[in-house]
Amino acid sequence: MLDIIGVEKTFNPGTINEKKALNGINLHLDEGDFVTVIGGNGAGKSTMLNMIAGVYPVDCGSIIVDGTDVTRLPEYKRAKYLGRVFQDPMTGTAADMQIEENLALAARRGKRRTLFPGITAKERKEYKELLKILDLGLEERLTAKVGLLSGGQRQALTLLMATLKKPKVLLLDEHTAALDPKTARKVLDITEEIVEKNSLMTIMITHNMADAIRVGNRLIMMHEGRIVVDVKGEEKKKLTIEQLLQMFEKSSGDKFTSDKVMLSK
Amino acid sequence: MGIFEQLLNAIPGSVSQGLIWGIMAIGVYITYRILDVADLTVDGSFATGGAVAVVLILNGCDLWLAMLLAFIAGLIAGAITGLLHTFMGIPPILAGILTQLSLYSINLKIMGKANQSVNVNQTDLLVSLRWVKELAFHNPLITVGIVLAVLIAVLYWFFGTEMGCAIRATGANLNMSRAQGINTSLNKVLGIMLSNGLVAFSGAFLAQYQGFADVKMGQGAIVIGLAAVIIGEALFGRLFKNFALRLLAVAFGSVIYYIVIQAVITMGLDANLLKLLSAAIVAVFLAIPHWKRQYGARHIRRPKGGK
Repeated sequence: MLDIIGVEKTFNPGTINEKKALNGINLHLDEGDFVTVIGGNGAGKSTMLNMIAGVYPVDCGSIIVDGTDVTRLPEYKRAKYLGRVFQDPMTGTAADMQIEENLALAARRGKRRTLFPGITAKERKEYKELLKILDLGLEERLTAKVGLLSGGQRQALTLLMATLKKPKVLLLDEHTAALDPKTARKVLDITEEIVEKNSLMTIMITHNMADAIRVGNRLIMMHEGRIVVDVKGEEKKKLTIEQLLQMFEKSSGDKFTSDKVMLSK
Repeated sequence: MGIFEQLLNAIPGSVSQGLIWGIMAIGVYITYRILDVADLTVDGSFATGGAVAVVLILNGCDLWLAMLLAFIAGLIAGAITGLLHTFMGIPPILAGILTQLSLYSINLKIMGKANQSVNVNQTDLLVSLRWVKELAFHNPLITVGIVLAVLIAVLYWFFGTEMGCAIRATGANLNMSRAQGINTSLNKVLGIMLSNGLVAFSGAFLAQYQGFADVKMGQGAIVIGLAAVIIGEALFGRLFKNFALRLLAVAFGSVIYYIVIQAVITMGLDANLLKLLSAAIVAVFLAIPHWKRQYGARHIRRPKGGK
C-alpha cells in the first residue's frame, strides 16, 4: 500500500521564482495497482514522484509506504522500498561500471554493504538468466561497461535493476520519453511484462495519452499541482483520448495544453 | 663522469623515490579517478604522515606501528575534509584547502618545529637513501616494492567488496547510487579517508628515506600525484585494463616521473624550475582530453568528400 496524504511543495518560496509545485496531493494505491500519470508541463508529475523517492523534503503532509511513514527518511534509506527508472537513460546506471556490477549494486538495495564480495559467481549466473528476458543480447556482455550500451538498453537494464529486489512501489518517470518510438515500445513492453510477473505496485508518468489509457488499471491526470482526473477499472478500459480531454477541461476549468502530449497523440 | 653514467648512478634513488610517491599517487587516484573529486588535503596529510612517523620513531615506537599510526592520522585528516564537504556542504576543493591549511599548524605542533630529522646511524629505520645500492632486504627498492605490492592487492580486494563497490558507484553516478540505497555522503567520506591514509603512509616512508620530516614536504604533492596518475594512464592505459594493473600503472607513472626529473636535472636544468615544469606538464596532460573532444567535434562537422 502507498498513501500520499496532503503533500504540498513550493520551490523558491518568498522569491520571484516561487512555484507551487504540489498543492495538496492525496493518493491511495492498493497492492498491484498500476497507475499511469499524465499532465501538462509543470503539472507536478515529476515532483510527486521525487517526493515519494525523497529527492527533496516535503513542506507538509506525509508519505506512507506499506505502513511505514517514510516522510522524514533520506533518499538512500527510502530506496529500500522503491524501484526507480528515470527519464534520462544516463541517470539510472553507472556508465563506468560493468553490466553485472550495476546489477550487483541493485541486488544489495536496502542491505548493509559489508566486506563480503561485491558480486559472487552464483549471482553472475542468475544475472545471465535475467538478462535473457530482455532479449537484447546483454546476457553475452555481462562484463561490458554500461557506457557502451544504447539508451534503450540502458533503460531496460535500469528497469531490471529497479525490480531485481522486489520493490514496494515502482516509480517510472517518463522512462521511455528519451527513446525512439520503436525502442520506447519495446521498453514499455518489457515494463508491462516485469510489472505483471511480479505484480508490482507501479506509478508511471508518460506523455503518451494512448499508452496512458492502454497500460495499467488506473489513470490520473495532474494540473497545477493537483490530481484533477482519476479513472479506474472498467471505466478506464473504455476511455478514449477525446473523453479524457473533456474530463480534464471540466474538472480543471482549463484547456489541456502540452505540446509534447498533443504531438504524440 | 659522463651525463649518462651520472644518470645511471642516480637511477636507483629515483626509482626508490618514485615507488614511495607511487603509494601517494594511488591515494590521489582513489579520489581523483574513483571518487571524481580533486582532493587538495594531500599536501597537508603527506607531511602529517611524515611528522607522525618521525616523532614516534624518535620516541622509540616500533617502526611498523609508527607507519600504522601515520596511516591512521591520514584517515583522520581525510575524515575532516570529507565532513567539511558532506556535512557542511563546502565544495570539495575548498574543503581540501581548509584542511590542508589547518594541517600546517597541526604538523608544526606534532614536530614542535618546522623540521625534525631522524638519523639512520642512531635510529633503526625501515628505509633510507643510504641503502639504495645495497643488495639487502632493507634496500628501499625491495621494502617499498613489497609494501606497494601488498597495498595494491589489498585495494584490489577492497574495491571488489560490497563496500568498495558502493564507493565506486558513488564516484560514478550519485543519483543512481542513492536510488540503489547507497549513502553517498558516507561513501565520499570513506573514500577521501582511505586516500589520505595512503598519502600519509607514503609521507611516513619518505620522511625515513630522506632522514627528516619537514612541514613543507607535501607542498605540491597533489601535482606530483596527478602527474603520476596521468603518466601511468597515458603509457599503460591501453595495456592495463584490470583494476590492480591500473593501480600498478599509477605506481609506474610515479617512477617514470622521478626518472624524467632526474634526467632533466642531470642534463643541467636549474632545479628551481622543477615545480614550474611539473605543473606545466600536468596542465598539458589534463588539457589533452579536452582538446581531443574539441578537435573530434570539428572533424565531424566537416566530413571528407562532402558536397
